[in-house]
Amino acid sequence: MNMSNNRVLTMARAGREAVKWEMENDKNVFMLGEDVYKFGGVFGTADGLGEIFGADRILDTPISETGFIGLATGAAIAGMRPIVELAFADFIGVCYSAIVNLAAKHHYLSNGEFKVPMVLMLGSGGGYNNGGQHSQALHACLAHMPGMKVIAPSNAYDAKGFMHAAIRSDDFVVYMGQKRTSGVGFFGAPIPDSMSEIPDEPYTIEFGVARTVKEGTDVTVVAISWAVHQAMDAAKELEKEGISVEVIDPRTLVPLDRESIINSVRKTGRLVVADEDYQSYGFTSEVIASVIESEPNVFKSAPIRVANPDTTIPYSRPMEQQVLPTSARIKQAILDVMK
Amino acid sequence: MQDRNHLSDVQPTNSVCLIENGLIEIPMLQLLDENGHETNKEQSPEIDEATAKRIAATMQYIRLLDERMVGAQRQGRISFYLACTGEEASTVASAAALSSDDMIMSQYREQGALAYRGYTTEQFMNQMFSNELDPNKGRQMPIHYGDKTLNFMTISSPLGTQIPQAAGYAYGQKMSGKPALTICYFGEGAASEGDFHAGVNMAAVLNCPVIFFCRNNGYAISTPVEEQFKGDGIASRGIGYGVKTIRVDGNDVLAVFAATKKAREVALAHNCPVLIEAMTYRLAAHSTSDDPSGYRSKSEEEKWHAKDPVERFNKWLDGKGWFDKKATDAYLEKSRAEILAAVKKAEKVPVAYIDDIVEDVYDTPPWHLKKQLVELKAHIAKYPEHYPKTSGRVK
Ligand SMILES: Cc1ncc(C[n+]2csc(CCOP(=O)(O)OP(=O)(O)O)c2C)c(N)n1
Ligand SMILES: [Mg+2]
Repeated sequence: MNMSNNRVLTMARAGREAVKWEMENDKNVFMLGEDVYKFGGVFGTADGLGEIFGADRILDTPISETGFIGLATGAAIAGMRPIVELAFADFIGVCYSAIVNLAAKHHYLSNGEFKVPMVLMLGSGGGYNNGGQHSQALHACLAHMPGMKVIAPSNAYDAKGFMHAAIRSDDFVVYMGQKRTSGVGFFGAPIPDSMSEIPDEPYTIEFGVARTVKEGTDVTVVAISWAVHQAMDAAKELEKEGISVEVIDPRTLVPLDRESIINSVRKTGRLVVADEDYQSYGFTSEVIASVIESEPNVFKSAPIRVANPDTTIPYSRPMEQQVLPTSARIKQAILDVMK
Repeated sequence: MQDRNHLSDVQPTNSVCLIENGLIEIPMLQLLDENGHETNKEQSPEIDEATAKRIAATMQYIRLLDERMVGAQRQGRISFYLACTGEEASTVASAAALSSDDMIMSQYREQGALAYRGYTTEQFMNQMFSNELDPNKGRQMPIHYGDKTLNFMTISSPLGTQIPQAAGYAYGQKMSGKPALTICYFGEGAASEGDFHAGVNMAAVLNCPVIFFCRNNGYAISTPVEEQFKGDGIASRGIGYGVKTIRVDGNDVLAVFAATKKAREVALAHNCPVLIEAMTYRLAAHSTSDDPSGYRSKSEEEKWHAKDPVERFNKWLDGKGWFDKKATDAYLEKSRAEILAAVKKAEKVPVAYIDDIVEDVYDTPPWHLKKQLVELKAHIAKYPEHYPKTSGRVK
């Protein structure tokens, strides 16, 4: 790949690059959502694309999530490849049926005759103080339901590769972008490690293949999306104290690369799972259950989950910092599993 | 059982004809022209001097508050704000036409109605600074107010969701037999949500005394109304659902007041919903996260400055001999000082105790939440350096 340009991009810019390439190369790809044409979308994914592709392919829609997700589902069945932007994952609440009962089920119910090659982009998570109806991660609410692939990249390289793969996939794919990692001004300066050097060429990343972000031997920390960066901060600090932490980013919740996680825990015997979603019935419990089911005897200590407590996320910035699975909480969990 | 005939109102025709927009004209009630002169004295509502002055004062106060808070956001003192500049008449004059027993369910740009009800500068400020004294305890975004004693339902961010709930609250009011109703404010953009259609139809069929008050301010963030709907505004939809409907000049205090009074009378007398579409303009940016220069022209904004509701009403007051320039200036000066003092005070108040994060999720915190709180407290006690503003706030 040509890395000569040394282009370091934010996740939003990297995702945008994939969207642009796919739109140039496949006339069936189009994008729709609230304020995407004039505004470039809340995540800047459509930034400037309206001018290039026109209002027929970058569509501003009326404010009806049920309306435009239902419309995109229909267009996908008709052979188009819609990319739908829903700025805040919180608002899946108003269109959940279109997502989980329609887009995620048509393929099965029609014996695969009616395919839904659609990408639903959701802005997820908090950490920039925006309150309990704008800060939820909610990926487990989607990963729980059959019929859709759910991806949650943590860095720009993955963002571009997964965006290409998601658009080309014949499956319905939900692409969850954590807002704090997006690099869009409103959500705060991008987390440095969420930015990456991006090749000019298009490339795809396979769903269901975890990335070992950092190798280690004492403890396995599984984290996804924004939490990956928190886990890495904790791991780097503890490295200085002589604890060797392996950090694994599954990158896709569905399918979940259980094998890589299990292999890592076989090696370390200790497991911490960090996730920004609510603690109960979520990603953290799924990962721990998956390892215990297959390797009940490998644990040297009980696994620990670090997630949002089961309460609504407060608006106040210092209040919010208390509930997020920050590096401080992950660090403590690592020290606790080491005891 | 009686036979039904759902075709009894249907007239047959023998020519192929497409019924289009425009066949029914929905006029806009306007009682004050741009110079503050009454256009039809017979229809002008009865409005006493005290009420008129309270409306004028509230509109001016809110304009000032908006200005100051947009400034405070720019200085980084609060993280978010959303002004209602240009729409003061719609929200203040409609609130003035209600009884304080009536419930208000709003969208987020209705601080004028809340101020009219008596929310204090300190309450506004503590809410926006998300501190311990915040009536919502720092849980909610700025401008997402709520106050049970003032009959003002706590605001929710997801659009349109207040509409069916307003029908339900009104249904409860009707069943309780009290002579009170619910007013439900929303934007023309939010009216695209399914909840609008479900809620208005529900209220019509279940005979709920609710006023659906749409602020048609021309935009939903960057989306102009022509891209939001193709029908004749929101008013035409009320008619479609069998709901009595008034379209009104939203920058005209007298017209908004008269329309809301009428709506209230009819809704309570007949136990039915009434829809009001107030035609106005969002002179402000959508919020402090928005810059309208990317999607609308300065000259368009200028045209609407000329229709300014505050100025227009002041001219009317003047004509009545009720406008006292000196008193108004003194009031504005006093309000400005009060707002500045409240900002300074509110930013010094600490955040709520951590124990608060498990309160009110349920009536009483269940054991799993209590356990999570214990763990969090132990964590913060161990790593106070990571929680500089809250580590001392543990009960
Ligand atoms: C369900 C839902 N979808 C999208 C949003 C994002 N959003 C917030 S305000 C807004 C525009 C609303 O416009 P309008 O109803 O006309 O009210 P106005 O801002 O003009 O007062 C949008 C799209 C939201 N809050 N909730
Ligand atoms: Mg609007």
